[in-house]
Parts: sequence; structure tokens; C-alpha cells
Amino acid sequence: MKEVRQVQVDRRLARGLRLNAHKTMSTTAPIDTSLRPKRLIVGVKQQLGAPGEILVATGDRVRAGQKTVAAGEPPSAAMHAPLDGTVSAIEDRALPTGLGKAIVIEVDAVPGETVSSPPGYLDVTLLREAGIVGLGGAVFPTGDKVTYADHCPTLLINGAECEPYISCDDMLIRERAASIARGSVCLMELCDAHECIIAIESDKPEAFWAMTGALHELDDNRLSLAEVPTVYPAGGERQLIQVLTGLEVPVGSYPPELGYLCQNVATAAAVDDLVRTGVPLTHRVVTVTGEGVAQPRNVWAPIGTPIADLIAHCGGYTGDVARLIMGGSMMGLALPSDTIAITKATNCIVVETAEEIRGDFSERPCIRCGDCAYVCPATLLPQELYRHTVSHNWEQLEALHLNECIECGCCDVVCPSHILLTEHFRVAKRGARVHAEEVRRAERAADRFSEHERRLEAQLVAQRAQHETLKATARNPLDRAAALEAAKQRAAAKRGAPSES
Amino acid sequence: MEFRVTPAPHREPRTSITKTMRRVLLALIPAAIAYVAFFGWGLVINIVIGGCVALAAEAACLRLRRYPVGIHLRDGSALVTTVLLAFAMPPLAPWWLMTIGVLIAIVLAKQVYGGLGLNPFNPAMVAYVALLVSFPLQMTTWLPPMIGDLDYPHLGFLATLEYSLFGRLPPGLTLDAITGATPLDMLKTGLGGMQTIAEIRVSPLFGDFGGRGWEWINSFIGLGGLYLLYAGVIRWQIPTAMLGTLFGVATLMYVIDPSRFPSPVFHLFTGAAILGAFFIATDPVSGATTDRGRLIFGAGVGLLTYVIRTWGGYPDGVSFAVLLMNLCVPLIDRFTHPRVYGTKL
Amino acid sequence: MLTAAATLALIAAVVGGLLWLADRRVPQRSADPVHRIEALLPRIQCGQCGFAGCLAYAKAIADGGAAINLCPPGGQETVDQLAILLGRERLALDEHRGSASLAQIALIDEAVCIGCNLCLRACPVDAIIGAPQFMHTVIADECTGCELCLAPCPVDCISMRPRLSEANA
Repeated sequence: MKEVRQVQVDRRLARGLRLNAHKTMSTTAPIDTSLRPKRLIVGVKQQLGAPGEILVATGDRVRAGQKTVAAGEPPSAAMHAPLDGTVSAIEDRALPTGLGKAIVIEVDAVPGETVSSPPGYLDVTLLREAGIVGLGGAVFPTGDKVTYADHCPTLLINGAECEPYISCDDMLIRERAASIARGSVCLMELCDAHECIIAIESDKPEAFWAMTGALHELDDNRLSLAEVPTVYPAGGERQLIQVLTGLEVPVGSYPPELGYLCQNVATAAAVDDLVRTGVPLTHRVVTVTGEGVAQPRNVWAPIGTPIADLIAHCGGYTGDVARLIMGGSMMGLALPSDTIAITKATNCIVVETAEEIRGDFSERPCIRCGDCAYVCPATLLPQELYRHTVSHNWEQLEALHLNECIECGCCDVVCPSHILLTEHFRVAKRGARVHAEEVRRAERAADRFSEHERRLEAQLVAQRAQHETLKATARNPLDRAAALEAAKQRAAAKRGAPSES
Repeated sequence: MEFRVTPAPHREPRTSITKTMRRVLLALIPAAIAYVAFFGWGLVINIVIGGCVALAAEAACLRLRRYPVGIHLRDGSALVTTVLLAFAMPPLAPWWLMTIGVLIAIVLAKQVYGGLGLNPFNPAMVAYVALLVSFPLQMTTWLPPMIGDLDYPHLGFLATLEYSLFGRLPPGLTLDAITGATPLDMLKTGLGGMQTIAEIRVSPLFGDFGGRGWEWINSFIGLGGLYLLYAGVIRWQIPTAMLGTLFGVATLMYVIDPSRFPSPVFHLFTGAAILGAFFIATDPVSGATTDRGRLIFGAGVGLLTYVIRTWGGYPDGVSFAVLLMNLCVPLIDRFTHPRVYGTKL
Repeated sequence: MLTAAATLALIAAVVGGLLWLADRRVPQRSADPVHRIEALLPRIQCGQCGFAGCLAYAKAIADGGAAINLCPPGGQETVDQLAILLGRERLALDEHRGSASLAQIALIDEAVCIGCNLCLRACPVDAIIGAPQFMHTVIADECTGCELCLAPCPVDCISMRPRLSEANA
């Protein structure tokens, strides 16, 4: 048996932060697979790109794994019913991203029999039909991502879960390393990659050893392991490539340009499930953690489980619960209610107590200390950007590359003036987009208006010219007589012509 | 159940302006003790008088500008400005000198421009320069260091306070009897009088590598600066560039003619070079904000300091150098933007 | 005396040359006041200011003949920006001029439209297509919400609807 290949990483993320990870509290227990909620609220649009047609109606019985929403125009992926049950409603519901159409399924009390039916093949269409999307958070449909990255030499499996609190990938690697490795091989073959690097952060030694063991057993020398130094946000696609290769993904393009296709470890596991059992993507590992949860752990949860059910399954709330975050504490979304259901993008639920929460820090003036620039992984100058966001100076914001901000939140954490920099940048990005659109419209309208004026003017001139000609001929009786004569002759010629021929 | 909705990131900030300012003050404590040991209680009296005036002036300005006084006063920036100004002032100064200085720093140099974060010039240095050109006599009346073999009468705490408040000296003493020039002053006058460095340095005011007393104070200031570096309050670029440039230029000139140009070590450990490098040029508000910009800024301060010290009309040049470089900050920042991830230069 | 004059002339020449170089190298904003005023206007060509299009209004403002608060689609924001640009007094927006806005879009009720062609001439940006005796329709992306097509329609078949933003579309 051969040695497991390791990629030496002698580089760390130049900027970024070392954060208190809060991960150990949810990694003591194994992944809990016993959750079976009574009701599921499955959002229709859960991936980047438009969903297709809804295939079920209110009152329909659905089986686990049955397709409920077809894949739409690429990029897109299908949706499936995670459990057996009855569709009780198809209506607008509060989803993490706002109000949207959702299929509500009342789950049967007793699970039906599951039949394993391996498809026996794997192609891009199958990935789309099985609803497989990137589970790292961006939820880009995997089938389409692979299509765009055809003949990409290197597949990068991302196990660098850098955000605080989240441990779902860590636990998944620990428990299902072999499955991830097999799924990676499938993905490699799909995109014709020559090699595959599985990157795991250095603060996950158990996962690293589990993966080493799995690769040892698989014995495929195309696969190798990389231990990435733990610096937030080293798990971002672009940052991970920078750490591994020293290369930067050019602005406006994607990693395949450099020969890398990134996939999350959970996506690889989902591909393996699909290949071996034919089960589409209906469940995912969700970390339920934080000081406000009685028994933090990772849960194998059906997509569409309301957050309240997840929390109840983990022993319920404890302490003075004050904030509910979907995702990690750096880039996650604070939710107003726990009746919202999880989606394919939900990797973590953090419940924070009142004591933990950022107090009433008022924003103070920026003192240009530059600490934000010191930690910005995109090497932006947040202190300068902030100045221009306040004054809505769109030209300067563009010149300073506002759009390259990855919203990682590092600058907020180090800001001595407690300025909500990331939020300012999010708002400014939207503002800049709206502004650009307005300018485009205004310029187009002005162009069309001058064109319109010119057209009316030309019409007027033509009309006048015609009028003048008519008037001129009308005034001169000699000309009129001559014209009349000429017309008569033309008519006669026309009449005479056929008879002559 | 109600949950608070906040924008990401959902983390407490690690530091605050108040903490930063507190660290700056903390870093100056050893140097202040050394200062008091060598030059008497004048520094403490100046800080107390200046501190009260600074807080009152800041509060009044904030009030006039209808800002919440409490929050803004608590950031401690006014106190830092006062302490830095006090370090630059002569230890034996009348109360009105410090008062005028602090008023200029807080009102003219800071609040008029919009308060903390918006002043284009370093407030303490604006005040120092304004005082230096307006009251040259009072601003150059220095005490000799209290060291055993220097035979000068020294004032105690109460005597110093009495001089500061009422301008009275203890009976039998005149101002001339207790004051003297600073080493840099003496150097300037001596060189003007065609003396060589070696001849000037015979004076008991000069120590092993700098002015006596000053060597120690500057060492402690440097120690405080290293603490600020360690604590992440300042970055290495400005101090390194400034001291490096000063040292480099001084070495060059020293090599050319050691009889007319003092040694580079003397330049570093005399006057305000170290205070300037770690505490004044590193003021984030009025300094450059990009990494490369800070190197340029620091180098500019170092070079100008040497030029002003050597050929200018004033013995020390740190304050003028810092203000002149403050002028260049917008331009420096504009041309030193780092390359953004994934873009080409 | 001669030396002094020559020195001054030399300094003037050098500085002048530098300024000229700087002027060449630094991209200038348009100095033409009409152009800068027009850039602040929303340019939806609604004519509610009483001038024939935004350019005409910009010219009128530049000549000093027109007030700066006559542009309803620009709103108070535009008035304020104009006041800053021109150093004029900040006025309140004249709200009685109309309700044209980029946030809306014209919709022709095709069941009622008689194909009379009148709105085609009225539309300042040629966003309505159609021919005599044929149904007309609005090109949504080009419509600026100026409301100029409403009045000429003999059968009142045109109505204004809120424009769907990109996110909803």
C-alpha cells in the first residue's frame, strides 16, 4: 500500500484574523441522525439560478426522494421531498432570504420503506436532477459548475471550514471520510481532472487523520491531502487557492481560469450518496450550537426542517436567548424568528445569549488607524472605502474596487471606532449597482430623446418639402396642364402596351 | 420568541479608541517617571494644568457643535494630545503657556476641522510650533538635568508650582541661575560659533551618546514605543522609516565630516526623535494610512528632521517635519494604494 | 534688475509648464456647466419642467433663466445637488409639476388601444412601437416613466404601473 500524498502548504493567509473558533462545543457528540420533524417547509428556490416547474399540488402524497420541483434553465437544480408525507400547502413563507414560495409537507408518523436504486452512471444531468448544489454556502448548482469547468486539471475539495462555530464539515469528514473521497473521485472523473487536493484546516486534526485513513484505504494516487493553516477566512474559495498556490483569481473570473475547481466536502459526500444509493440531496449536516442551546451538536437534518424543531431536538433553548444566526458568526444571517426552515445552504444555527451579544457600541469617527486594511484578505483599504461610502462617491468606490470586498467581516472586528464597515460596504455595493443602472438609463434616454427629436425634425422637413412641391405645381397653370397631359400619355401608354406586345 | 436582528459580523469588536489611547498613555509612564527624575515636577504640573484645560475646551466645543459630550470626551484623545505636548514643552513653564498651547491644539487644530479623525495636522505639534514661534524665550528656557556632578540649584515640587502659577522663584534665585540650554541648542550655538563637535561635547550636558538625562528619557520612550508595537497600537513602518532615515542621513554626514556633524546615535537619542518616531509621527489621523505610504511618510519626517536640525533656524526639527509631512499625506495615500486581490497594477 | 526679471520669468515658465502638464495628465471633469447640470438631472425627458427635454432645461438653468427646483423625477436630492453645484439657494422641490418617475412604467391596455399612433409621437424616447391601425406596446426597458403618452391617448388606454426592480424581475 502506498503512502498518502500530502501537499505541503508553506504559506498562510497573509491577512485575515485568528478567531476564537467556538467549535469544540459541537464536536463532542457524533452526528445525530434521529431527527424526524412533523412538518417540513421546503423553499422552492434554494440554489443560485431559477427553479423550474413545481411538480406537486396541494393534497398530493409524496415519497422520500420524490422530485417536487424540476430543474429550470441552467444554472439550476431540482428539489425533492426529504421525507414521506402529504403536501398541505404551496404558498409564500418566510425563508432565510425573505418571503418566497415554499412547499409545506406534513410528514407521516411512520417512515415508509426506502428502496436503494443506484443509477449505475453519473453525468451532469443526473447531478442537476438529483438537486446537488454546493453545500459550502454559495449553493451554486454542482452540475452546472462542473460543466463550466470542463477539463479543469485540479479538483479542490474544500474542508477548510474557517468560520467560528461551524463544525458540520469537520464532523462529516470525521465520520464519512471514505464517502467524501469516493465522491471526489466521481467529481474528478466528471470534469476530467488529473488530480484532487483535499484541503483541511490545521485545527481539525481528527478530521485530518480520518481523511488520511480513508485515502490510505482508497489507494488512489491522484488524491492528496493539504493541511491549511487556520486563519479566517482561509476557507473562502479564492483565499484557499491563494494559500495553496500563491495565485490570485483575477477579478471578474472564477477559479477554473487558474485550473482549479472547488467543491465542498459535503457536496462530495452527497455525490457519493447519489452514486451508491440513488438518493438525491434531501438532507444535510447542520451544526446547532451556541451558548443558548442546551446540547450543541451536529444534526443530519432533512432540508426544510423548521429551526425551532432543530433546537428542540438539541435540548431546546437555555439561558437568556437573544440572537439566532444562520451560518457562522462572521458572515451568518441573524434571523428574526425560529419558525423559518433550513435550506440547502444552512450549515449552522448559532443561538447566542444576551451576555454574548455585541453591546450598544456606538459608531465613533474613523481615526484612519488602518487596522482594517491590515486584516483585509482582499487587500482593500476599508478606511478609504468607508470615507467614500459615507459621501456616496461612486466613482472613487469603483476605483478602490469596492466590489472585491468578500464581506468576511474582519475589518469590523478590529475597528477601534466600532464602525459597521461590512454593513456599510454591503449597502454601498447595492447603491453603486443602482447608481450605475440609473446612469445607464439616463444616458440611454438622453440618446434616444435626441434621436427622437432628429426623427421628428426630419419628418417635418420632408413633409414641408412635399407640401412645397405640391404648392409650386398647383400655382403654375402651364405646368399643371403639362402635368395633366403627361399623365394622360402615361395612362394611354400603359393601356396600349399590352395590346402591342 | 423575539430575536435581535443585527448585520454580520456578529462579533464584538476587539478594541476601542479609548483602549488605544489608554495604551498610549500607559506606554509613556516610564518615560514620565524618568523625566520627573531628571527635570523635576514641571512635567506633572504641565500635564495637570493642560489636562484640565483640554477636557474643558473639548467639552465646550462638543457642546457648541451639539455632539454628545460624554461619549466623545471619554475617548481620551484630548488627554493624549496634552501629554504629548507636555513632553515637548520645557519643564519650567508658566501656566498660561500650557493653557494657550492646549487651546490651540484642541480648538484650532482639532475641533475646527471637525473633531477627532478629521484633523489634517497633528494637534500637539501644531500647538508646539505655534508656541515656539510666538514665545521663543519661554519655550527655550530649559532646565539642566538633575545629575550629581552638575552644579545647578533645583526646584522642588512646590517651588515649581509657585513659578508656574505666579511666576515667583524662591528668594535668592534668578531664572538664569537655574536654567540652561538643551544639548541641541548648545550644539547649534557652538557650531555657529565655529566650534567643532568635539569641543562642544566637552560640556557636562553631553553624555555617552546623547544629552545627559535625555539618553535615559529617550530610552524609556523607546521602550514605551516597543510596547505600542507589541500591543498592535502602532505599526512598524513609520518608526522604522523615520529612525532609519534619520540614522542613515546622519551616518552619511558624520562620515563626511565628524567635526561638524554629530554622530547618528546622538541624533537618535537627543531631542524628540524617538518620541516623534513612536508617538507623534504615528498619529493615525494625520499620518499616512497605507503601508507603503507610511514608509514614505516616516522617511520624509526623518529626512526633514535632519535637515531642519542641521541647517534650519531651530535646534530641533521633529515638529516642523511632522507638520510638513502631514501636508503631503493626501498625495502619499493616493499614490500608494495597495494592489487589490485579483487585480493588476 | 535684469537677473531678477529673468529669474521670475524662468520660474513662471517652469511652473506654467508643470501646470500645463498636470492639466494634460489629470483627467478633468467636464468644465461645460450645461453638461455638468445635465449629468445631475435624471434625464428621463419628461418635460415637466416646462422645457423641451433635460438638455434644454440644463441650458436654461445655466443661463440663469430657470429655477433649479422644477424637476419632479429628480426629487429634492437633485435640487440639493444643483444648489451645491451652482452655489444657489436651496429651494424646496416644486411638487405641483407632476409625478413622472423612473420607478414607474407605462402599460398599454391592448384590448382598448385603437392604434391611433398619437402616443408614438409623444414618447420622447421612442419606447412605444406600433403602426397605424395596429396595437401599440411599450418597450419596458426603454420607458422612462415620463407620463407624456397619457394625455394624447384618445381612449385613455395607457396607465402607469410600478416598475419591477431587478430583484423581482
